[in-house]
Parts: sequence; structure tokens; C-alpha cells
Amino acid sequence: MASMKKKVLSVFILLVCVAGFSLSASAEDKLKVGFVYISPIGDAGWTYQHDLGRLELEKNLGDKIVTKYIESVPEGPEAERVIRDLAQSGHDLIFTTSFGYMNPTLKVAKMFPKKHFEHSTGYKTAKNVGTYMCRFYEGRYLTGIVAGKMTKSNTLGYVAAFPIPEVIRGINAFTLGAKSVNPDIQVKVIWVNSWFDPGKEREASEALITQGADVITHHTDSTAPTLTAEEKGVYAIAYHSDMSKYGPKAHLTAATHTYGEFYTKTTQAVLDNTWKSDSVWSGIKEGSIKLAPMNAAIPAEVVALVEKTTKDIAAGSFHPFQGPVKDQSGKVVVEAGKSLSDEDLLGMNYYVEGVLGNIPK
Amino acid sequence: MDFEIFIHILIAAIAAGTPFVYAALGELITEKSGVLNLGVEGMMLVGAISGFIAMAKTGSLLVAVLCGMAAGALMAGIFAVLTLTLMANQVASGLALTIFGVGLSAFLGLDYTSIALGGVADINIPFLSTLPVVGQLFFSHDILIYSSGVLFVAISWFLYKSKAGLLLRGIGEAPKSAHALGYNVIKIRYIAVLVGGAMAGLGGVYLSVAYTPMWVEGMVAGRGWVSLALVVFASWRPARVMLGAYLFGAITIAQFHVQGFGIDIPAQLLSMLPYVATIVVLVVISRDRNTIRLNSPASLGITYHPDNQ
Repeated sequence: MASMKKKVLSVFILLVCVAGFSLSASAEDKLKVGFVYISPIGDAGWTYQHDLGRLELEKNLGDKIVTKYIESVPEGPEAERVIRDLAQSGHDLIFTTSFGYMNPTLKVAKMFPKKHFEHSTGYKTAKNVGTYMCRFYEGRYLTGIVAGKMTKSNTLGYVAAFPIPEVIRGINAFTLGAKSVNPDIQVKVIWVNSWFDPGKEREASEALITQGADVITHHTDSTAPTLTAEEKGVYAIAYHSDMSKYGPKAHLTAATHTYGEFYTKTTQAVLDNTWKSDSVWSGIKEGSIKLAPMNAAIPAEVVALVEKTTKDIAAGSFHPFQGPVKDQSGKVVVEAGKSLSDEDLLGMNYYVEGVLGNIPK
Repeated sequence: MDFEIFIHILIAAIAAGTPFVYAALGELITEKSGVLNLGVEGMMLVGAISGFIAMAKTGSLLVAVLCGMAAGALMAGIFAVLTLTLMANQVASGLALTIFGVGLSAFLGLDYTSIALGGVADINIPFLSTLPVVGQLFFSHDILIYSSGVLFVAISWFLYKSKAGLLLRGIGEAPKSAHALGYNVIKIRYIAVLVGGAMAGLGGVYLSVAYTPMWVEGMVAGRGWVSLALVVFASWRPARVMLGAYLFGAITIAQFHVQGFGIDIPAQLLSMLPYVATIVVLVVISRDRNTIRLNSPASLGITYHPDNQ
């Protein structure tokens, strides 16, 4: 009897081992890639763009990887828990896609030195934490050209969230783009002190339109400015995503950012064991910044000009902040023949000539 | 600033103030019965998403309004059961209702985030709408704005001219006396709380279906709390609530225009202005102590036990 028992037991142990081995084998087959999102994916906006990138990654490397995303993760302690859970459940590469995830990401990365982390829009890196961000200002410059050509009142409206260098850079690039084709334009800026408040974004857009702006753009996250422009019969230039379905007539184009190529490249590097911590700031050249399809109302010559400028920026023969650039007081901030360094771009705290009003301090 | 822009600010102010009119007048009725419901923000959010879903599914404004009001009343019903039947603390229950409403609306709205609706068309009234200034100001809005005005008149009449309104105010002042006279205090308070909830829900529907018109998690963005404050600072009087709501709306819109003109006042200071100005104005006009004592319901926030008399 005893030997029988032993036999059964040993067979059982063998089975468990085999089962365990095969399970771990199938998990190790594919690289697990995790994504942490700040908001629901929805069908336009910041998180939507990141998710498009994730889907493209799956399409490109689907046989070698599995992806998982967690949406609506608030910044703070909750983020740390989510990131840690992903690392614990075997995700070797984790993308955290909001600025406020910076410290939680670094904290978890310290606990899991063998895993790879990529944090979007942050400025702190570690041995196993890289950062990535897009050169949004390149897209802004291009949309500025469109706005400068399409305006009749020479007044452009800009709904802005918070006076930080990222947003100011966008306003300046947009203004420079518009002024390059129409020196008489002025850009009116309204700060709503919120990233996402459709009510306020709408009120601000309405105020801008009443004050004569006939092209509205925004550095906030909702579709409210495009909706308002459509309703009031003026033009809109969207941000993040193609929002043309919210304003078929109003929507001229949108400054969008895409992540598919970056996600694919980074994941491939982890698969090849060649991944290194880096700070990536990619733009038109790398395919990270694209304009949404142009509205049919835009004349062909404007489309051609935008295409040419896009090519020049990609080739490096043109820089949106190429001198001479003057600030509001008329002082030259970038001399002719020079262009702004990345460091100066990242710390930008002044308006260029053509923007109305002052930066709130 | 030219005249046209001034008129535009006033027109936009009426639209911006309307969610407050609904929610604050609803809360006023609730508070007049002696119940303090701090869950306005939560009820508005649940009303907003319910109305939005109804509008997206049926395309009928009437269905959207009814669904939003029902959802707001349902939320208020939870509060009523907790505080009126189970005698729970009103402040704690109201806060819990807000937290619950924030979460529930986000959950219900998951599939509806960043969908856009067509909005609600303005109704122009023949002849009146063509009047200069007045026509633009008062007679070219959507139906939800007109009905907020009608509701204001109805509520003012109800509270101060009808017997039922007198009873409601009486219960807020002295529930024991009302009980002694044979009135069912708990039942009447239930009705007041449900009406308040339905109106908060309607305020939410206005925001999501007519004003923005879209659904985003947390889109009420503190308007429920502002409505609560309006009731107190207006010393529980409907006309002052109305004034406060439009004043808040007007200053919100005006500060955007100030920015657009490039006038050098920090934007952060400007976004604070609607709150400060509304509070100052309402406190100044309501500073008379006797008026406050006369109008604030004496039993506000106090749990009433009908059996322990």
C-alpha cells in the first residue's frame, strides 16, 4: 500500500512539475508589455493616441509579445500600485504615459532592476528608466501656417491649459508658423487653468470667437473647442487626435502625435537585449508628429507649403524656432542664422511677437 | 470693451449660470425642509451621464431630461433613506453621496467618453427675439434655459404664496410643531429631498446635453459645490440664488474676455474672481442678521426623530 501511495504521489509531483514548466514556458515565450494610461481611451485625445501606438506595436510584433493596458490610473500612490502589479505579473517592459507617473515609475523601477521602464514627458531617468516625448511644437508650427492662411480677421484664438514651457512653446510655434505666411496676425490666448474641462474650454472658445478670432486652436484635451467652432461657423485646429468628426466643416487639421514606431523600436530593443536608458525627444523626422488629413477648404498651395515645410523640418534644413525670432518687446531672442537649442526650448518662458497679453506668473 | 461684447457676455452668462439655477433652487427646496444634502455634485454627475446616455440612445430631449431627473431623484432617494429613515448623519451621508456619484457616473459613462451630441437648438420667439438687445438677451435661448426661468417663478410662488410652501418652510423651522399639528414630517422631507435631487439631475443634464454638449468624467467640475454655497450666501431666498447664479456665470465669461483682450491680470487671479465676487456680493446684500435668521431654516441639518417626542 505504502509503495502504491508513493507511486501516486511521485506521478502527481511529476505532473505538477510538467504543468508548471509548460505554463512558465508559454509565458516566457512572449514578452509582456504593460501600458499605464491616465484616462479612459475614448475616441480622441492623449490616451487615445498612446493606445493607437500600442495597437500598432501589437500589429508589428504580435507574434513575439503580448500587451496589457490599465486605463484611468490617477497620478499618485494608486499609480505606484498599478505599475508594481504590472512588474510583479511578469511585464518586462512598462510604458507609463503621464507626467505625474514620474516618481512612482522611478520608485517601482528601483524595486525591479531587471525590468525596463519608459516614462512619457518626464525629465528623470534611471538605469532601467528611459523617457520619451514628442516635439509637439513642430506640428504646432505647421498648423500655424494653415491658420495664418485661412484667417480673414487676422485674429487667431488659442485656448490654453497651464502656463508651463510645454504649452508656451506650442503657442509660440503656432504664432511663428502663422506669422511666416501672414505678418499681420495676432494670437489671443485664454488660459482655462485645467487640462480637461469642456465647460470652460467652450466658454473660452466662445469668448475668443466673439472677440474676432476666426480660427480656434487649443492646448487642452477635450473636443469642446472644435464643437464650438463648428457651431459658430469658424475654423478649428485640433490637438492630439483627428477631431474632424466633431466639426466636419470647422476642423482644418490637427497636430497629432503618434507612438507606434517608438513603441515598436523600443520593444524590439528589449527583445534583442540592446535596450538602454535614454531620453528620446522625437518629432516629424522620426514619424512621431503628424498632421491630421487637411480639410478640403484649404487651398492646394497651402497644403503644398505645409508639405514642403514638413519635409524641411524632417531633413533638418528648417527649424520652427529659426532666427531671427523676436519676443513681444521686439527684442531678438534668436539671432538670424541660429536656432534654439533643446535646452532653451524646454525652458521657454516668454511669448514671441504676435501673441497678445502676458504669460500669467 | 464695446457694447456688442458686453451683450455677448450677458447672453453667455445666462447659459453659464443655468446649471447653478437648477441645482441651487433644488437644494434650496431640500434645505427649506430642514435637510442639508451635500451630495449635489454627485447627483448632478449621475444626472448628467443618465441624461447623456438617454439623449445618445433616443435623441429625444424630453427622454433625456426625464432620465436625468429620475437619476438625480434616485440618488437623492438613497440619501433620504439613510438620513430620514435610518437617521444617519446628514453631513456625512451627503459627502458619501458625492463620492459615490463621482464614481458611479464615471463607471456608467465609460463607453460614452468623448462622444459628441448635436446640442439643443435655440428657440426664437416670433417678434420678441427680433427686439434689439432684449431679444438677444432673453428670447433666443434653448428650451432648458427658458424652463429654468419658469421653474424659478414657480418655486418662488410655491414657497411664499402657497399653503404647501408654508408647510414646507414650517417643517424646516419647527418639525416638532408640524408633527404636533398632525403633519408627516418624514414624508414631506422625503418629497423635498427627491425634488432637490431631480433638479440637481436636471442641472447635470443641461451641462452634458445642452451646454458642452458632451460627457467627460467629472465634468460637473465643482459646480455642485458652488450651488450649495450659493444657497447659503443667498440666505435661502430664490431671487438671490438666481442673481448669484447669473453673477457667477457673468464673471466666469467676463474673465475669459479680459484675458482675450490681453489685459495684464494674472489668469489664476481671474479664475478665482467668480467665486470671490459672488460671495462678496451675496454676503453684502444678505448681511442683515435678521434676514438671515428669518430665512435660514432653524432645523437645518438636524436629524428629526418623530418617535422620541
